[in-house]
Amino acid sequence: MNGLVWARRRRTAARFWTSYRQNRAGLFGLVVLALFVLTALLAPVLTPDNALSVTRPPGSPLEGPSAEFPLGTDRSGRSMIDMIIWGSRVSLTVGFWATFISIAFGTLFGILAGHFGGWGSSLLMRVTDWFLVMPSLVLGVALAAVLGRSLTTIIVAIGVTSWPTTARLVRAQTLAVEARPYIERARALGGGHLHVMSNHVLPNVMPIVLAQTTLMVGSAILTESTFAFLGLGDPTTASWGATIQAARDVGAVSSRMWWYILPPGIAIVLVVLAFTLVGRAIEGVLNPKLRERRG
Amino acid sequence: MADSALPTAPVPQLAQSVRDRSGVRRRFRYYGEKLGGSLVSLFAVILTSFFLFRIIPGDPVRTMTHGRPVSIEQQEQLRREFGLDRPLAEQFWSYLTGVLRLDFGDSFQFNRPVTELIGDRLWPTVLLVGTSVLVSAALGLWLGVRCAWNHGSLGDRVNTGVALTLWSVPSFWLGLILIVIFASELGWFPTSGMESTGVEGWERIPDLAHHMVLPLVTLVAVVYAQYLMIMRSSLLDEMGSDYIVTARAKGLRDVIVRRRHAVPNALLPTVTLIFVNLGFVVFGAVLVETIFSWPGLGQLFYSGLSVPDLPLVQGLFILFSAAVILMNLIADLLYPVLDPRVRP
Amino acid sequence: MSLLEVKDLTVTYRASTSAASPEKRGSAGAGDVPAVRGVSFTLDAGQKLGLAGESGCGKSTMALALLRLLPKTAHLTGEIRFDGEDLLTMSWGRLRAVRWAGASIVFQGAMHSLNAVQRIGAQIGEPIRLHSPKVGDAEIRRRVGELLEHVGLPARRADAYPHELSGGQRQRVMIAMALACDPQLIVADEPTTALDVMIQAQILTLIESLVAEQGISLLMISHDLSVLADTCDRLAIMYAGRIVEEGPAATVFGAARHPYGQALAAAFPRIGDPASRRRLQGLAGDPPDPADLPAGCSFHPRCAVRLGHCDLVDPSLWPTAGREVPDDGESHKGKGNRPAGDGTRAACVRVLPDDGLSLVEKESA
Repeated sequence: MNGLVWARRRRTAARFWTSYRQNRAGLFGLVVLALFVLTALLAPVLTPDNALSVTRPPGSPLEGPSAEFPLGTDRSGRSMIDMIIWGSRVSLTVGFWATFISIAFGTLFGILAGHFGGWGSSLLMRVTDWFLVMPSLVLGVALAAVLGRSLTTIIVAIGVTSWPTTARLVRAQTLAVEARPYIERARALGGGHLHVMSNHVLPNVMPIVLAQTTLMVGSAILTESTFAFLGLGDPTTASWGATIQAARDVGAVSSRMWWYILPPGIAIVLVVLAFTLVGRAIEGVLNPKLRERRG
Repeated sequence: MADSALPTAPVPQLAQSVRDRSGVRRRFRYYGEKLGGSLVSLFAVILTSFFLFRIIPGDPVRTMTHGRPVSIEQQEQLRREFGLDRPLAEQFWSYLTGVLRLDFGDSFQFNRPVTELIGDRLWPTVLLVGTSVLVSAALGLWLGVRCAWNHGSLGDRVNTGVALTLWSVPSFWLGLILIVIFASELGWFPTSGMESTGVEGWERIPDLAHHMVLPLVTLVAVVYAQYLMIMRSSLLDEMGSDYIVTARAKGLRDVIVRRRHAVPNALLPTVTLIFVNLGFVVFGAVLVETIFSWPGLGQLFYSGLSVPDLPLVQGLFILFSAAVILMNLIADLLYPVLDPRVRP
Repeated sequence: MSLLEVKDLTVTYRASTSAASPEKRGSAGAGDVPAVRGVSFTLDAGQKLGLAGESGCGKSTMALALLRLLPKTAHLTGEIRFDGEDLLTMSWGRLRAVRWAGASIVFQGAMHSLNAVQRIGAQIGEPIRLHSPKVGDAEIRRRVGELLEHVGLPARRADAYPHELSGGQRQRVMIAMALACDPQLIVADEPTTALDVMIQAQILTLIESLVAEQGISLLMISHDLSVLADTCDRLAIMYAGRIVEEGPAATVFGAARHPYGQALAAAFPRIGDPASRRRLQGLAGDPPDPADLPAGCSFHPRCAVRLGHCDLVDPSLWPTAGREVPDDGESHKGKGNRPAGDGTRAACVRVLPDDGLSLVEKESA
């Protein structure tokens, strides 16, 4: 029985991949993502020990590109390449954790509201309404300002402001799943709430959550860079947004130090775009209507 | 012959008038509900702002003086000023009545009433945000329609690609790049501010426009993509519909089918989303105004954040949220005009 | 001369949208999907032809193909002569002029076939304005009112939006719209499918009377053979993109020669024929996937009376007229055997003189 279920899941996964492969933009996104994840994981190997040191940096401040420092150095004399490499750690960490919070809460509340309905459901809708109406980024900035500067603050701020979107999506999907006849059957066979939710609703909601997750990591990374740029991040972490902020502070704009401004921005664009493309590709596989429409 | 078998549907005069009266009631209920919902949201925002800035950090004075040397006496002084020695309910009541009188207290860094500061900076932001929303909506919708109609073509793929890329660009970074290229390097546009000193009379209008180009382009670039994507997918949905086939079967040209049938239907979800997404534009404005030293509310917000100037940040938080609530309300009221199906 | 003459019409859906984009999909392109495979029929002025078949057999594709309304991915070959002109080679401008003014369509499920945000009066008036540009606004309003009253709706309903009407009323609006430009032909694609039985009967009566009154030709498409048999002069039965049986309505419905026609007829009870209720039965299985048709006769996997060589030969329509109908058992007959001397044609080896065995030899030769 269990083996059968697994075989079916494996087949589904194989079909998913065959379909996903058709989307070239999605493949491109996947490759870019893999590169960034690899870079982030290998950061300590790829860069010298003193790469992030302000006290004994590898170079002198604000050097232009050279053989030793292909993208020059920052205001403390650290290699820009190393800054970008370490920045990918910060960005991906914030992206994943913020998304995790958002998805976990969103999925939990979405399924509960969709499954039980009633006043709990309408309360959830009210609360999400309320979150959606407040400019979530302003709320996030205010939260971050109040909680003090740290990476955790940024993660919490992003997570707290983005879960309502997920919750709404999951609730709608839960309602759709529960309208299917086999849920009725599972209930008739004596399946309790927990059984129905975990064995029937969750597996069917997961795909849509997966697409949402991918899209959300992208926007979380974008938000993180913005917060960092606004000076709300931990001043000691070399996030890409913070690097851009530092560049602006030392007047890289007026003195045209392109190597200080361009690379972190391009890194952000690449990562966010990659997540967006992957998310859209997943969405396309799940909902073929979006992908192939009558011409 | 078959006529007798056909049920004509004459609605008796009486029934008609009854329906009219209940229609009026329905309309009142619809608008009442929407208005009430907005007021509830506004109250929730005020409540949030109160607790967010007072309760979470434990003590706003400590937050305010975060990381700066302040004497105990100064702290006590601040506490009294903010009425923190009084019970919470009383504090909230005075806060609420203050907000309703548009009194957000005095700014910490400018030593002036927040309301006055907001009044001074309101117009530049309305100008910048308003113009950019109009331009992005026009551009996004137009391109979205074209992309959907030629869906799968080279133009569609290029446009979608550009839109997705711009969507992934941090607005502050794009602003900096534009400054480097068009202000520092080419010198075509001023790097910052809203007007040059010493320009008088009618000359001020072209001067203002000159200053506005780069901020406007930045804001439009990061905002229009959303409108494009929404319009595109919405129109793609409509294009598969049966009534489009009917319209084509009637012998209408494609252009007319699109303009008269597909677009009006596709606009419905799009318009709502444009209004709902305004919160996003507001935040974009904060960054863009900061980058370009545009003397608006966004820049004010940024300066309030860096102090942190709590009364100012609080006031702007409520103002921004209220603006989005208002826009949502307008969308709700506008929707029935566009879509007869939800007409109350 | 016949009003509509369809000759060897095929509709093939290209596997990918690469017709529009030069994108190479290479290995993924599994091949093209034939939705309509060589359909021929004629329809005389004032005649009513019914087209029946299960969903997925190509009926609706064919209806849309008649006015070239299919998406770009559909590739059409053959000939569609309407009033002597070939619609397939006609310029787009000329085709637009023929659409609605020459032939109009009543679509399935009027719920979605009407524009939800336009008043129905405007939608009915739109083709009039388009095809007779000289007619003024007041005149169009008057015509719309007339048309509405003609289909049994009060003229003032012209100001209503589609969602304010019931399903039956919407279908009446569709019919009024179809009549707007006095077409020579109306194609009715499942005009009653989404309606409940009482309304169905009313709409059918309405269509029948209007068509008869104005001498319009009717091509009616439905999965419901009994509806078609009631309304139409002739019936054609489609299976897997082909017409497998064609003839006078009464003959096809009462004594179908093709096993699929028999199954389809048996699926609906006949009023006043208690025996039909006992025979009432569904047909097991589904129509084949057009992308993966079985070899030989495409119906043979579901056929109850298939012969050994049915998976080898794919018979075309064969006139049953003037031939001795071979009597080979009960399973195969309708109301007893009678010589079908009335222009019925069927695409089944069993109507061939030697059960089509000669075709096998030709095939293998």
